[in-house]
Amino acid sequence: MKGVRKHPGEPTAGGDLRPVPARSAPRLARGLHPVAWWIWGLALAVAVSRTTNPLLLALVPAVLGAVVSERRSDAPWARGFRYYLWLALTVVALRVLFRCVFTGADAPGDHVLLTLPHVPLPRWYSGVRVGGPVALEAVLSAAVDGLRLACLLCCVGAAGTLANPKRALRVLPGALYELGVAVTVAMSVAPQLVESVQRVARARRLRPDPATGPRAVRAILVPVLEDALERSLRLAAAMDARGYGRAGTATRRDRRTTAALMLLGMLGLCTGAYGLLDASAPPAFGLPALLAGSLLCCAGLALGGRRVRRTAYRPDPWRAPEWSVALGGCLCAGVLVAAARQDPAALNPGLYPLAWPPLPWLPAAAILLAGAAAFAAPPPVRTVPSPGSEAVATRVSGEKAPGDKGSSDTASGGKAPSSEVPADRAPTHGKSPRKAPAALDPAPVSKPAALASPAPATPEDPT
Amino acid sequence: MIRFDQVSVRYADAAAPVLRDVDLHIEEGELCLVVGRTGVGKSTLLGAVNGLVPHFTGGTLAGRVTVDGRDTAHHPPRELADVVGVVGQDPAAGFVTDTVEEELAYTMEQLAIPADVMRKRVEETLDLLGLADLRHRPLAGLSGGQQQRVAIGSVLTAHPRVLVLDEPTSALDPTAAEEVLATVTRLVHDLGVTVLLAEHRLERVVQYADRIVHLTGDGGVTSGDPATVFRTADVAPPVVDLGRLAGWDPLPLSVRDARRAARPLRERLAGQPVPPARPERPPTGSGGGPLLSARGVVVRHGQTVAVREANLDLYAGEVTALMGRNGSGKSSLLWALHGAGPRQAGTVRVAPRTEDAPGAAQQAARRGLFGGRRNRGPRGAVALVPQTPADLLHLETVAAELAQADRESGTAAGHARGILDRLAPGIEGATHPRDLSEGRRLALVLAVQLAAAPSVVLLDEPTRGLDYPAKQALTGIVNALAAQGRTVVISTHDVEFAAAAADRVAVMAEGEIVADGPTAQIIVSSPAFAPQPAKILAPLAFLTVDQVKRALAQLAGAR
Repeated sequence: MKGVRKHPGEPTAGGDLRPVPARSAPRLARGLHPVAWWIWGLALAVAVSRTTNPLLLALVPAVLGAVVSERRSDAPWARGFRYYLWLALTVVALRVLFRCVFTGADAPGDHVLLTLPHVPLPRWYSGVRVGGPVALEAVLSAAVDGLRLACLLCCVGAAGTLANPKRALRVLPGALYELGVAVTVAMSVAPQLVESVQRVARARRLRPDPATGPRAVRAILVPVLEDALERSLRLAAAMDARGYGRAGTATRRDRRTTAALMLLGMLGLCTGAYGLLDASAPPAFGLPALLAGSLLCCAGLALGGRRVRRTAYRPDPWRAPEWSVALGGCLCAGVLVAAARQDPAALNPGLYPLAWPPLPWLPAAAILLAGAAAFAAPPPVRTVPSPGSEAVATRVSGEKAPGDKGSSDTASGGKAPSSEVPADRAPTHGKSPRKAPAALDPAPVSKPAALASPAPATPEDPT
Repeated sequence: MIRFDQVSVRYADAAAPVLRDVDLHIEEGELCLVVGRTGVGKSTLLGAVNGLVPHFTGGTLAGRVTVDGRDTAHHPPRELADVVGVVGQDPAAGFVTDTVEEELAYTMEQLAIPADVMRKRVEETLDLLGLADLRHRPLAGLSGGQQQRVAIGSVLTAHPRVLVLDEPTSALDPTAAEEVLATVTRLVHDLGVTVLLAEHRLERVVQYADRIVHLTGDGGVTSGDPATVFRTADVAPPVVDLGRLAGWDPLPLSVRDARRAARPLRERLAGQPVPPARPERPPTGSGGGPLLSARGVVVRHGQTVAVREANLDLYAGEVTALMGRNGSGKSSLLWALHGAGPRQAGTVRVAPRTEDAPGAAQQAARRGLFGGRRNRGPRGAVALVPQTPADLLHLETVAAELAQADRESGTAAGHARGILDRLAPGIEGATHPRDLSEGRRLALVLAVQLAAAPSVVLLDEPTRGLDYPAKQALTGIVNALAAQGRTVVISTHDVEFAAAAADRVAVMAEGEIVADGPTAQIIVSSPAFAPQPAKILAPLAFLTVDQVKRALAQLAGAR
């Protein structure tokens, strides 16, 4: 109050504004732009597709795992990486298993591991052999092939885990806006449908003698579908009233040009992808076709975007971290593509003769460099401190001095205040697995009571 | 601001137009209340304002509707989104995104408002509607009142000149309704927004209205000053009914004005005995014992305790109103009493009916252990009509539903039809249940549920969406059920309805029954729950206008 009375609005330090050195405050938590994560993931996938060196391949899941565990948020989709890992393992195992069962022609110097009983097949099916000697070389080549496929899966899985899918939908170009809306609406309608089914199934039990069998299905399905239809009509009316689909500036000719551009662009993209992924394809199919295709697509999307006119609320910024993550991924892809051309023997070592593969240092360094995304990206917004990040969290809170309120205020004005959500969610949802024993606790007590109650509940004794 | 010029609306295969030659002019900054019986075209009138009628609903609109100078014939709803904000009956059905903040921004995104302006407006709207604490919450987890405020906020961010609200408080408890209406009046007074509002629960909103648009039912519209229009309107809140009865002029619209005008009436009625609000109860049939007796009922949903050791006895011929704010456990208690819902502890005993075979109870108990029918009394002894009665209906025609009900409850064909004809005569058998009005659909479900001759009838919020005449009809139905020696429990937020229909009121809070006693005692003593006539005539204990009418008739007769 005193300061205000003295002279309101006057800066205390006269005229000169001295920069106050920021105390080593932790970086603000925010989600990285989803597109940056996708570029990073897909670039790594391109890199993986260039090599069959098991050492390099083994490096990739390690790097992905490190980045994912360091930079994923605690949203539902962010817990999906382990399923991709399981899927990848299954792919490798299946690949090896099939190679063992369906043994191919073996070279003279193969090291035979074991011999399975041979199953004779009809003559016209002679291309395939079931059973017989299983060679170490065959198993190894299957494992490496499987590993490459597994690494591709993990790259896509890591991008899906790290990028917020709802935000990713929002950066869709205007031309694809309807698609994004359809997905968003579908995501919110699914739980409503479940709730509707539960409600109707419960209401059905109110009839004195509820129908069973196919009639029961009908009795649930008809009200649920009617409900869903009514709801979607109301949603459509509400969206219409709120300006969804307002006319942009596109004309009929624009629309046709858009379609043509998109078709050609897609064609180019497909050819380009084929050329890039298959090293034996003519070089003109690769990068040039891809570039031409993406240019055409971009033009088509830009033109198509004129159909709708809208803006995005709180758009994700694209700043230095985004650049470094995306460029790190691209650099890695570039190095491996170049290396595959320069030194094919190191990136695709042969199995004859059987030897420990070499570790080419430049590609390995490039893959590790892509792993630097774990530090280049800002820390994710976490509503509940995950067990892994507890050390980080305590360190962060330890660093924050009591006078450091300004920075924490801006943090809460930013993306999602980390303390607010759990506080009001906690009482309604049994939030963490740690609570589970407490939730289970009353069950043994209440169960006998529930079992005991029906007997007196039925009117055995007339009152 | 809004101008209707000779507007007629006719839907395909309708016999008569819904609106006929409507001329209407609504000034800027008015709070305009649209009243009328169910099905007279209130929603059509509201929909015509932003072009949803006929662009979205179909039908033919003759004449011209202009909003802020824009003709709805040339502007579909989406092109009017920056002028008219519309909030539908069920706000949750109109949500496109899934968190509060994104929902507030949605309309602005569609209008291509720059990101920095959007950010500022979202913050302003969060404060204006008191939603700041909820900004990151998922929409599905909000209470009804909060959802309604978010829905209003989500159209307000576009800074519309006109706000159209279709029954904003019909599903809300009195407190949440107050919240929403306070918001709406604030918008009118502080921001000068023109508000067009349709509502059944007139007693909540009439006092705030600057103008009443009354749909007469034949397609016509009368509009004017509230005190003038309500002299003749076919729907009116109790305060207006009382004013008309007493011949007050000008007609008071708020309890405060009515109380001032009511002094002579209070003096006249002072020494008069208060006639009973409800018909005398018939002598109880089954020896005076309760038909249903619940002891220590506990219902838990996950961690939350919905009903906490509730005790309740229901007697023959008695109508009980179950009141309390949203989420206080009314529905859970009713479902637990019926037996179809979960019940973790406690007992519910149902007295056997005369027509039950002596062995029926034991049989039910045995099937309970092995047949998955635990918790249930003898077949159909307790009937429950859920909050969304349509969930029980799945056949194409009314006749098929009734026949099905007869089969299920093992009664002779035509039994359920007979019940329906007594409840709501004149429903065609070939009608699709979805095409019935809210009140008639309720009657159909009641008939289906009553076919098994239950002794206990539980109604979960039957009054939402019903207008005054429909509520009166429901009161009649409930009286008839009670007169047959059944006991009826009605969960409701509607104090005026409870005052006229219930002998007894039980109030729930946090899963416990906190008050239980005769209607007059419970609701007159509470300032929030007292019906309008009680507030106006206090300290006299009149609950309904009907009581006042009878007391005046007695006075006249005595003279």
